[in-house]
Parts: sequence; C-alpha cells; structure tokens
Amino acid sequence: MSITSTRPASGHPLLGGERSDGQRGVGSAPVGPTKRARVAVRAVGVAAVASVAADLVLGLWVTPPDEFMGNLVRLLYIHPALAWVMYIAYGVSFLSSLLYLWPRTRALRWDRLAGASSEVGVVFTGLTLVTGSIWGRPTWGAWWTWDPLLTTTALLFVLYLGYLAVRRIPAEPEARARRSAIAALVAFVDVPIAYFSVLWWRSLHQTPTVDNPINGKTAIHGSMAWTLLLSFVAFSLVYLWLVVHRCRLAVLAEREEGEGLVLAIEQRRAEADGGGR
Amino acid sequence: MWRDALLVAGKDLRIEARSKVAVGQVAPFAVVVLVLFGLALGPAVGPGSVLHAATAGLFWVTVLLATVLAVQRSFSLEASDGASDGLRMSGLDPAGIFVGKAAAVSAELVSLEVLLALVSSILYGRHLAGVALLLASAVVATVGLVAVGTTYGVVSIGSRQRETLLPLLFFPMAAPVVLAATKCWEAALAGTPGRGTGWLDVLAVFAVAYVAIGAVAFGPLLEDA
Repeated sequence: MSITSTRPASGHPLLGGERSDGQRGVGSAPVGPTKRARVAVRAVGVAAVASVAADLVLGLWVTPPDEFMGNLVRLLYIHPALAWVMYIAYGVSFLSSLLYLWPRTRALRWDRLAGASSEVGVVFTGLTLVTGSIWGRPTWGAWWTWDPLLTTTALLFVLYLGYLAVRRIPAEPEARARRSAIAALVAFVDVPIAYFSVLWWRSLHQTPTVDNPINGKTAIHGSMAWTLLLSFVAFSLVYLWLVVHRCRLAVLAEREEGEGLVLAIEQRRAEADGGGR
Repeated sequence: MWRDALLVAGKDLRIEARSKVAVGQVAPFAVVVLVLFGLALGPAVGPGSVLHAATAGLFWVTVLLATVLAVQRSFSLEASDGASDGLRMSGLDPAGIFVGKAAAVSAELVSLEVLLALVSSILYGRHLAGVALLLASAVVATVGLVAVGTTYGVVSIGSRQRETLLPLLFFPMAAPVVLAATKCWEAALAGTPGRGTGWLDVLAVFAVAYVAIGAVAFGPLLEDA
C-alpha cells in the first residue's frame, strides 16, 4: 500500500509522475523512470515470479492433503489470495479516486493509478470467480450457487467492467478523470457488502480461515499455513508489478497521443515542402 | 434547490405531456415484455404455474427495462439543440436539476407500474393482495432505481456509446433494489405483508443512498457531460 501513501511531491518514479499533470509534454526532453526505479520494478517482478513458483511447488507437492477435502484443499493456495488482491485493488482504486477528487491532491497520476488498479482488480475478480467455481463443483456439488458472497462478487465484476467502460468514453483527460473517479466511488459501495456478506448472512461460503472475526481463531497450521501466507505475498507482488507497468503504459499512451500529433504534422509539412519544389 | 427541482420536473413533465413518448412508446414496450414473458413461461396461469410464482420477479425486471428507456428519454431531451449547455448556464442548483429530473421520471414510472401491475395480474392470473405494501415498495424502489439511473444517465449524455453504456452501468447498481422490491412484492402478493417490511427498509436505505450520491455527484458530472 506504499504507493497510495506516497505524497505527490515532484513525482513518483514508479507511477510516471515525472510528467507534470494536465500538460501533454509535447516536445519536452524524453523522461523515463530513473535507473533505481527500473531496478526496483525489475526486482519486484523477479520476486513475484519466484514467489508464485514457490507457492505452486509448496501447494502442489510439499503440503499434505486435507483431512476432509483431500487434494481439493490445494486451491486454498490460490483462491483466497486472488480474492485478497481483488480487495486490495479496489481499495487502491477507491483511495486514489478520492485523492483525485480532493482538490489539494488532484493530479492525473491518481487517475492513472485508479484505472490501472481497477483493471488489474477486474482480472483478479475474474480469476477469483473461476477458481471458486472450480472449487465449488466438487465440494458443494454445483459450479455456481446464489450465495451472497458469490452474487456480490459477480456484481463487483460487472460494476468494475462498467467503470472501465466509463474510462473509455472519449473526453478531455481532466473531465474523464473526474467522471471516472466518481464512478469508482459509486462502484466501491459493493466492496464492503461483498467482504462482510459471509459474516452478515451465514451462508454456504465459509468464513475466513485466518483470524476469523467470529471466534478470533486461525484454523490452519504448519506448512499449510505458511504456504497460504506465501500465496498472499506472491499474488500481492504480482499485483504491484502489474499496476506499476499498467501506469507506465498509461503514461506512454498519453505521451504518444501528444507527440504523435506533432510528429504527424511535421511529416505532413515535410511532404508538402518536398512536393512543392 | 426545491424550487429548481420543481421547475425542472415541471418542464420534463410538460414535454412528456406534449410529446407523449412515455405513453406512446415506453408503456407499450413494457406491456410487450410482459406478454413475451407469458409466451416464454406459459401458457399455464393461476396457482401452481410458473407465471403465478414468478409474477413479482417478472414485474420488476420489466420495470427495470422500462426505467432504462425512461432515463434515456429524459436525457435525450437535453442532448439536442445545446439543451445541456442551457441547463448548465441556467444557474439552477445542480442538485435541484437532479432531483427534478429524477422526480419527473419517477412520476412517469410509478403510473406505468400501476398499469403493469394490472396487466400482469390479468395475464398471469395473480390476485393483487396487500395493495398498501405493493404501492409503498413500488414508490420507494422506483425512487432508488431512477436516482441511480439518472446519475449514470448524465455520465453517458453526449457520448456516442450512450445507448449501450447506460444499461451496463445501471443494471449492477439496480440489482439490490430489484431484489428487495421483488421480495416485498412476493410477500404482499402471498398475503403475508409482515414478511416484506424488512425488505422495505432495505429499499429505503438504497433509495436514500442513491439520491444522496446523485445529488452530490450530479453537478461535476453535468459540467463534464
């Protein structure tokens, strides 16, 4: 969560904040991330890949099968972590949308971060639904049930797809950012409902395994607990890596939009000069 | 704010009275949807049939579809001839404009719902019991639906993807309202209105929340539209 708490001073190297906001930066000197930032991002990427690999090895071979669920328990090392990242992603999107709407912190980098985080969040929501469905078939006997948690998570998926569609309505960057930020705040209403639904309605889906708010206990031990913990770290790193790259992509796309026009005009002029002789 | 709301609502209702788009297009469309549900799930009607059991749900899905059309109509009024610029420069309170437009659409939809309730009662052979709860939940649910619809309506105003975008944004937000309204109606139609009052509270919470969000967000959204 260190990204959101970074105060936008002169620009955060990872979020592409070098470009002053609102300006297209046409013709300015090419600025990329500093060398240290590049190394840091690469390190996060390597750590993400390595920890996911370790999670797979531990989850598939090292940990024992479960007393009740047998080998099905191995989904435990993906599914909760995916859902966790989904909540992180929507939380970051909510906070950065707030930061954009707050006049004193208004900067387009928050809009980019909100967009990137929501996009990654939608992917992880989809993966959560798919892995949950695969888990539900053998344990509950159905690919899908109208359980409150499942229903609210499916709603989250479409709500944020709608948010991404709002982002794609062509408009001026500031207008688009403000409108998207409001849409992100509205869509976030469903997130706490989804999260607390297992506690509010005692339903088919189980309550949290780790630090259960009902009895404060953790119902998992030994290598299984460590692997579960590792999966949370691993997928959080994947999230961080994807979001950083998505933000940089957004910066590059904005730059291309601005400089591409200048370039096209120059080429056209050169053509006209050549033909006029 | 309330005076502005009355002005805007009066304007929209006068336009409707003269153009008769809701009466001439939205209402017949909704009736056609009810008939199509009958064709899909019928022909058996009366107690024990699928249509009889599903009346409340079918009614509210139909209302949802009609709401999309009504909201689109409400904003297509502002889309042409620079009307949205006029609205922005009129000096009216944005929250007032929001309440006014939502109130006009709600008024149209509540009268449409009375018609649809009668038609579905006839088509699906379901006796309309618990009229007080039916009416109360219909009004509260309509306010919630229209408030969120109007908020998103202004997002999609002036965009070329307007027609396809509004349902995508609107339906997920409308889902809890439709669920609660259906539960209310099921309880009322089954003759046990006591079981529906909890859902009526849920409807009220969503209506208040959506109206508050819309009133706050409408100003900035209208500026950007």
